[in-house]
Amino acid sequence: MVAVGSKCRVCKAPAIIDLPRHNAHFCADHFLELCRRQVTKAIEKFDMLSKDDKILVAVSGGKDSLAVWDLLIDLGYQADGLYIGLGIGEYSETSAEFARAFAVERGLKLIEISLRSDYGYDIPTAAKATKRVPCSACGISKRHLFDKAAIDGGYTVLVTGHNLDDEAAVLFGNTLRWDVEYLSRQLPVLPAREGFPKKAKPLVRLTEREMAAWCIVRGIDYLVDECPMALGNKHLAYKAALNAIEQESPGSKAAFYLNFLDNMAPLLAGRSAAATDSLQSCGSCGAPTTGDLCAFCRVAEKASAHQPVPVELVLGKGRGRR
Amino acid sequence: MKVLLRNPRREVDIDGARNVNALLAKLELARESHLVIRNGTLVPGDAPLADDDVVEIRPVISGGC
Repeated sequence: MVAVGSKCRVCKAPAIIDLPRHNAHFCADHFLELCRRQVTKAIEKFDMLSKDDKILVAVSGGKDSLAVWDLLIDLGYQADGLYIGLGIGEYSETSAEFARAFAVERGLKLIEISLRSDYGYDIPTAAKATKRVPCSACGISKRHLFDKAAIDGGYTVLVTGHNLDDEAAVLFGNTLRWDVEYLSRQLPVLPAREGFPKKAKPLVRLTEREMAAWCIVRGIDYLVDECPMALGNKHLAYKAALNAIEQESPGSKAAFYLNFLDNMAPLLAGRSAAATDSLQSCGSCGAPTTGDLCAFCRVAEKASAHQPVPVELVLGKGRGRR
Repeated sequence: MKVLLRNPRREVDIDGARNVNALLAKLELARESHLVIRNGTLVPGDAPLADDDVVEIRPVISGGC
């Protein structure tokens, strides 16, 4: 069929995507340029990365983590990947295949950790053993292992694929509760501290839709399926609410989050107790913690002593505070 | 036209030519949460769709924490 439709705002070639928040359409080449520009702007504004940094990218096999890894390499950064096998049945097996294929095709280094093989548990078992919602046990496990791998590997920055939608949804949840502690820590870059690597989120100026489009245009195969354990969590409900607003008022998500960073975050600086509390070493692994045992070791201790739990037994338990 | 939907993966037949935005509206899917791929190529909301097109509607929202 003859394609008739909108044209690229820059070159007037046939458009492949409409971006209502920019009130514009773009062809493939100029859409990619827009993404590169937005990532560069985030990196420079928040002093996230330099070309000398040794970067570790937390990779899940999904669109955001593969897109940020691809973007960093494309922009000339040195970045290895880290994949954590969470043991969430077929979902985890498939996600690992996408992460490995991406790395192999591009000649990139992918470090792999398996919760079951290396630590004696998986996320379904951890959720059951600790009576936590799966996303909680998963978040605790991933954050600890990302930090540890970055420090042990001598990486100067840990990068995650959190995008504008992720950050706006977390901000929405924190604002609904006026959780000043969490609000004061919701920054796109966190400096290195004793026991913690520097962390950066270069995709905070790009939406999920834009990141999925980046992958499609760049020919990146990624895991489209949703994590079965995340279904029904509050994070998804917040995203749906924000997208309903975005549909009526394009640009609202970006204004909500980016104006928070410009106008509100400076007022909250220094309000985080976690940033000022004195930390001690975990009695088991040595990681910084406020208690005798860190949260990861508490989860690992209970979960590794528990009989393995199939993912099917804990599906639909994703509801809960993020 | 044949339309592939994801999460869960399934295929539905939609009658009559229409454009991408109309298709999303018919299926009650939010534009901000989806991309549409026509015959293997990403297309914007006003792109026309024909009965012989193969269309994938790809959700873009992730719930992982």
